[in-house]
Amino acid sequence: MQAFEILFTASLWAAAIRIASPLIFGTLGELICERAGVLNLGIEGIMTAGAFSGWLTVFMGGDLWLGVLVAALVGALLGLLHGTLVVPLGLSQHVIGIGITLLATSLSYYAYRLVFPAVTSPPKIEPFQVWPVPGLSGLPLVGPALFQQTPLTYFAFVMVGVVAWVLYRTPVGLAVRTVGENPSAAEAQGIDVIRIRIISVMAGSALMGIGGSFITLSAFNSFFFEMTNGRGWICIALVVFGSWRPGKALLGAILFGFFDAYQLRLQQLAGAVIPYQIFLMMPFVLSILALIVMSRRVAYPRALMVPYRRGER
Amino acid sequence: MIDGKTGEQETVLRFNNVSKNFGPLVANDAISLSLQRGEILGLLGENGAGKTTLMNILFGHYVADGGSIEVDGVALPPGQPKAALAQGIGMVHQHFTLAENLTVLDNIILGTESLWRWRSDRTGAKARILALISSYGLKVSPDAVVAQLSVGERQRVEILKALYRKVRILILDEPTAVLTPQESAELFHTLRAFVEKGLSIIFISHKLNEILGACHRVAVLRGGRKVAERDVAGVTREDLAELMVGRLLSPPKSAAKLPGSMVLQLKKVTARKAVLRLNAVDLAVCEGEIVGIAGVSGNGQGLLADLVAGTLAVKSGKVLLDGEVVTSATPRTMVDKGVARIPEDRHAEGLVSDMSVVENLIAERLHTADFSRHGFIDWKNAERFAAGIIADYEVKCAGPAARAGLLSGGNMQKLILGRVMAHAPKLVLANQPTRGLDVGAVAYVHEQLLAARRRGAGILLISEDLDELLALSDRICVMYRGSLSLAMARTAVTIQKLGLMMAGQELDHAA
Amino acid sequence: MRLELREHRPLWQNLAFPVLALAFASVVCAFLVTLSGASPMQVFGLMVKGAMGTQFAFLETLTRATPLIFTGLAAAVAFRAKLWNIGAEAQLYIGAVMTVVMGTGLLPLPSAILIPVLMISAILGGALVLSVPTFLKTRFGVDEVVTTLLLNFIVLLFVSMLLEGVLKDPMGLGWPQSRKITADGLLPKLVQGKRLHFGFAVAILAAMFVWILDRRHVLGFEMRAVGHNAKAAHFAGIAVNRVLAKTALLSGGLAGLAGWSEVTGLKGSLTLDLSPGFGYTGIVVAMLALLHPLGVVAAAIFVAAVFVGADAMSRAAGVPSYIAQVMVAVSLLSIVTAIMFTRYRMRWR
Repeated sequence: MQAFEILFTASLWAAAIRIASPLIFGTLGELICERAGVLNLGIEGIMTAGAFSGWLTVFMGGDLWLGVLVAALVGALLGLLHGTLVVPLGLSQHVIGIGITLLATSLSYYAYRLVFPAVTSPPKIEPFQVWPVPGLSGLPLVGPALFQQTPLTYFAFVMVGVVAWVLYRTPVGLAVRTVGENPSAAEAQGIDVIRIRIISVMAGSALMGIGGSFITLSAFNSFFFEMTNGRGWICIALVVFGSWRPGKALLGAILFGFFDAYQLRLQQLAGAVIPYQIFLMMPFVLSILALIVMSRRVAYPRALMVPYRRGER
Repeated sequence: MIDGKTGEQETVLRFNNVSKNFGPLVANDAISLSLQRGEILGLLGENGAGKTTLMNILFGHYVADGGSIEVDGVALPPGQPKAALAQGIGMVHQHFTLAENLTVLDNIILGTESLWRWRSDRTGAKARILALISSYGLKVSPDAVVAQLSVGERQRVEILKALYRKVRILILDEPTAVLTPQESAELFHTLRAFVEKGLSIIFISHKLNEILGACHRVAVLRGGRKVAERDVAGVTREDLAELMVGRLLSPPKSAAKLPGSMVLQLKKVTARKAVLRLNAVDLAVCEGEIVGIAGVSGNGQGLLADLVAGTLAVKSGKVLLDGEVVTSATPRTMVDKGVARIPEDRHAEGLVSDMSVVENLIAERLHTADFSRHGFIDWKNAERFAAGIIADYEVKCAGPAARAGLLSGGNMQKLILGRVMAHAPKLVLANQPTRGLDVGAVAYVHEQLLAARRRGAGILLISEDLDELLALSDRICVMYRGSLSLAMARTAVTIQKLGLMMAGQELDHAA
Repeated sequence: MRLELREHRPLWQNLAFPVLALAFASVVCAFLVTLSGASPMQVFGLMVKGAMGTQFAFLETLTRATPLIFTGLAAAVAFRAKLWNIGAEAQLYIGAVMTVVMGTGLLPLPSAILIPVLMISAILGGALVLSVPTFLKTRFGVDEVVTTLLLNFIVLLFVSMLLEGVLKDPMGLGWPQSRKITADGLLPKLVQGKRLHFGFAVAILAAMFVWILDRRHVLGFEMRAVGHNAKAAHFAGIAVNRVLAKTALLSGGLAGLAGWSEVTGLKGSLTLDLSPGFGYTGIVVAMLALLHPLGVVAAAIFVAAVFVGADAMSRAAGVPSYIAQVMVAVSLLSIVTAIMFTRYRMRWR
């Protein structure tokens, strides 16, 4: 099969959407945080913690959806920690974010080793199964890509709409956007800046946790070390690429999933000639290129990374 | 003066002996005030007189150490920003509190709906805003993005924000600071319409003419205390000035002097930064004269200042210093060529507030032999220099090692003056040098500028304070939409004429 | 609640708050240890003994601290200028690659020349890696946090490619591993027969170099000014972008030295597990040291002790050694919080 023909295979597009799913959650989560003016570099660790806690819940006998819920709660809890440290205390969002990633990752690994002191092969669970949408899953190309996915992927797509609605159509969404643009303006209108920011970071982090759980509950069926593998950082790039808009972020994630799925197939095709590492690098290189391309055009939230202290201008 | 207050006497807002201390500083000392329905009360005072603190207490940003506030006879709970808003009190700040990337509609409805509704009623809100716009004549489009509005339009948005919340009491903090005299007149007209409809207004200002022209009554604050409360009918400008300052002020007189050769010359200079631009600007500043630049903020004065400070490159045209063309203008070349630069924003541009006084004093001249050798800093010399500046310019600070950010505004400005004036500059660029300073510091800055003029330096003074420009300048130009008028002799201009030119009229035949 | 800037910072607070923070981190970890069924006191005892208890243990701690001093300095230098270099890991690996390229027989030079040549190669390699994101930041305004992070992944894959390709040791039995550094390129040991090597001495010298630069040199001044307020620095005539570029060279170079020191002092060749996250841990070291160059040495030894101690403890008590990473992460978060409270006072209304 040739490089061009692969483009028209259903499996490529199905894989693209599958790969995009955790990124959609992560990107939406980061987007909410940044729209409220808070950079969340804890995303990489929060996704790892979500992947682990969700998986562990299911492994202990919990329902799959309970696993997703637990991952969201763990994410929200880490978000509360990040929010408390960077919002009212105004600590460096860079440093605390890195700290949260280190903490969440090492806690997950520590807990994993506590529960499984010596396992040679990672224990498995029964993950989410593909759930074809009746009537639509039979469509050529589009069917397998969009309508033969696991419920968690559908959930990701629903969340794009929900986040967009909340941001642009509800009072709280307006508050979130204002708090990220000009917190003094929000404060003057009686909005509690600190509260809105912490809530945003918690909600965003919960989505990151769900994104992490997708990896262990839908994409794979076990937890192993370093399985987040930079997805969190890619989400941060995707937020910039999507100009802080949910719809564009979705597009970015799918584009990214497409490239990743495509490189996997090209790798099988050209693996003998080009080292496989080149293909594995592509997602990261693409992210950097996306950042360069978008750097000149974006209208970023004006108060991003600016701590807000009442009474200071 | 306005006569014919509407309605009978009815107190809507009352401050009872409100006091507030910050450490040893007494910001408010037992201030009592009352506002009647349908009146405009002027609150007059210099910077630091306690006006802002009093308003911050009203809006719950600070809690008073003593005293209470009543709205319609009911005590306002202290320290709750929402309480004042809920009582129908609204404030238009001097620095607008608008989110620039959001629309006018967004800015107005923010915080007016309960947060957790599943959708906001944007169509209803828009209809209500349009109704307000037409009934008060506040022209602005609800769907426009704030970033694209003019300063005057933004102020209207701020007022709409308050009206939309059905305020009964509107507080305006230095509302004319950013307006032309004509725009100000329009604003006063609007305010009169408000009080006729039963609103009550507190008008905060330090400009005597505005207080006299717009208010029914005036309360004067000085040093945190209320020193007088008068009906505007029957007080004079001189009375108010003396009450506000505590002594009679005579503006500094600049002795006439023959100017020497040209130190700064701009020939058909164009430049641009984001949406702002300079169009073919011609300007000359000679030895021993002060050239004032008037204009409403945002008309390109900032660019002119950046150009002379070396932080903005010329697009076309020539800049000459002492007759020499400046080719690569960087801040360093400007410093080396003897330009003393006093920036507009002390905090953002003038000083690194997390660094020490001595570090800030040597920052401009690190590369010179005075302060470094082979790349290594001569700290001994630097500290000696700093000690000298602190003494000569009366900078109040804990010593050369004190953090610059802990200094008061006036002392920061003295620090900057010391830094730039100590090296006998040929040209002084003073961009809004007295903004936000108290009377004493303002007088000090003026004295320093006049002293530099006596020494023979040319001075380019950019200011939005027309009184300051008229008091100090030998010649005055007006900047409007990036174009600079011809320079006019101080004796040939009046406030009215400047005001018209600042609004874009008469520019062509100004001579 | 509001925070007020403290005008006076008593010395006792400056000392006591960080100590309290570390105590808090210990309590958190003690709680986690009890979850494993072990006794925290016993575990901490084993950790201290494993890190400091014997001469062997202490030298091992210093050996482990060596790369952390380099990466800690790299982070401290960059963070001073608010250049958020989270990519020391990548710079370390490229430094190691340069060392291996130049030091495995390409240059038949005597020790006295070869060792400095390898050092410089590693510095250049690391500096080059950080220059890319710094250029993207100054030229296009691309946030360097994300680009340096992403570069870590790219570089690791690149190294993996090299180790399975051009740099692969033909004698390596198929393992992805480079050829050995020639004997003249290897660093002498500091203590005969032990693992502690000359790289530690270089690390200390590097810390003193950075300290002098920071306190006495114009560049150190400029870096601080740019970090605190780039706009004011620009206004004062400091060429901000040029200072950032120099900072990148310095920071990247220091991280590159970490790779050089590990390869020539300890491992002898380059493998994919050369660094167990020294680049990331360097950030923690720098923050624990409050970005002070000499503090970095102390903080690196402390962090190394936690890791070495945890390894020894894990073998003896069976508590997962990841407790060390948890302890370091909690220390980071609590120290940063504690430092803030030495600068600000919390007021409840």
